[in-house]
Amino acid sequence: MASKQPWLNPAVALGGLSPLALLAVQGAQGQLGANGIEFALNQTGLFALAVLMASLACTPLRLITGWTWPARIRRTLGLLAFTYAGAHFLTYSVLDQGLDVRAMVEDVLTRPFITVGFTAFMLLVPLALTSTNKSVRRLGFPKWQRLHRLAYVAAMLGVVHFIWRVKKDVTEPVLYGAVLALLLAVRVGEALRKKRALAAQRTA
Amino acid sequence: MRDKLPPEPPGSEVTPEKLYLRRRELIKNAGLFAGTAAVVGGGLYLLGLKRTRPMDGFVPDAGTVAQPVAPAAGAFDTDEPRTPYEDITTYNNFYEFGLDKNDPARRAHTLKPRPWTVVIDGEVHKPQTVDVDQLIAGFPLEERVYRMRCVEAWSMVIPWLGIPLGKLLERVQPTSFAKYVAFTTLEDPEQMPGQKSPVLDWPYVEGLRLDEAQHPLTLLATGLYGKQLPAQNGAPLRLVVPWKYGFKGIKSIVRISLTREQPRTTWSLANRREYGFYANVNPAVDHPRWSQASERRIGDTGRRPTLPFNGYAEQVADLYRGMDLKQDF
Repeated sequence: MASKQPWLNPAVALGGLSPLALLAVQGAQGQLGANGIEFALNQTGLFALAVLMASLACTPLRLITGWTWPARIRRTLGLLAFTYAGAHFLTYSVLDQGLDVRAMVEDVLTRPFITVGFTAFMLLVPLALTSTNKSVRRLGFPKWQRLHRLAYVAAMLGVVHFIWRVKKDVTEPVLYGAVLALLLAVRVGEALRKKRALAAQRTA
Repeated sequence: MRDKLPPEPPGSEVTPEKLYLRRRELIKNAGLFAGTAAVVGGGLYLLGLKRTRPMDGFVPDAGTVAQPVAPAAGAFDTDEPRTPYEDITTYNNFYEFGLDKNDPARRAHTLKPRPWTVVIDGEVHKPQTVDVDQLIAGFPLEERVYRMRCVEAWSMVIPWLGIPLGKLLERVQPTSFAKYVAFTTLEDPEQMPGQKSPVLDWPYVEGLRLDEAQHPLTLLATGLYGKQLPAQNGAPLRLVVPWKYGFKGIKSIVRISLTREQPRTTWSLANRREYGFYANVNPAVDHPRWSQASERRIGDTGRRPTLPFNGYAEQVADLYRGMDLKQDF
């Protein structure tokens, strides 16, 4: 499929991955401060949530503005979010926990803060696996769409994970939660509008 | 004079119009590609900027100590590698200057640690209001290399300079009613801008049982690494209780009161479920949100097991005999 803007998705991917590359280079050189692992955890977690929310903003943005380009970068943003969530999980499991499986299982099972974060990551796995056009065809669009609504659940869990992580002052995570609620409200509003239009059509 | 134009290039060398237009398209697309990548990357970078950014080669200024330092007693010193001065002075929890770990190093210059008055009152026979330098002048400074374990599950090894709190208490003579010692940090939003936001109940208050305060490990620190205490580490006077979580080590102390009742301490007021009065380092009692079984030593990758009483069980476990430390955490 020849795209009108062939540069768009490669640019989003390059720009989106550059903070991760910077983090890796600085981390390898020990330039991430006194507690570099904590810094890497905070950054990858924040970027995962921010990019996931950006991917969820694509459709509302298209609905409101009529632009088509947001819809075309949605998959790239979703895969970027999965990449950051994966980097976040790898930082936790390899660098932080040293692959101590027992400690990690205990964390996931007994600490709600980690349970919700881990669940959010697990929810993103099937979405990343079914991100190809082929998967959309195989599942059929309605089924695929229903499955991919899990992205909203993952983002909500991400916000909760963020709120529970903070020791004091939840302003920043609550801000993310408010934006997410707004995005969801646009989608619900649109769904209701469609339903009403359909009902009106039927009665007409 | 030349009246002839240079020869025209042969037609075979003229760029076809279609290609010429594609070249312009290519340049435009390259520009849009670079611009979009920069906006996406830059946007993420800006989003992440607020979070605990490492500082570039920042080493704070701190004067040398004028007072003589007593020969190291060494009895309690750990011989584990010391955490670098730069890490100790740029990675701090000191909410009076902001919530991020590097806020204190960047912002604590507004604190004026001299002149500084300390009030000692309550259940003592000799209450006093005294200049901090006078207060510590009477005692030889000691160097103590202690482990410091934060409740957030990271740790450091810090060479403190200070005086044992017990010696000071001896001098002011607690009455027979004194059961606890309460400490208070300076309250002055001009010097401590973080106090303008109500994240905690200001001023910061901490406390110890009298026998904990009198324990020879308990230190009133005035310096580290042979230098005056930098503002971000709690200048001019802070508490160091190496077997307890770091938040017990109250900074920039202006008042030491001996009391009959257990003091209401800041973090236990902020969240009673998560932070107790005793706050002894205990790998068997988890923080409700994370494990306390292990810790990350600053500078290490991976984790190491956390020791009961932060490795000082031999010295202090007796203080808590008969107590249920899961209840009194």
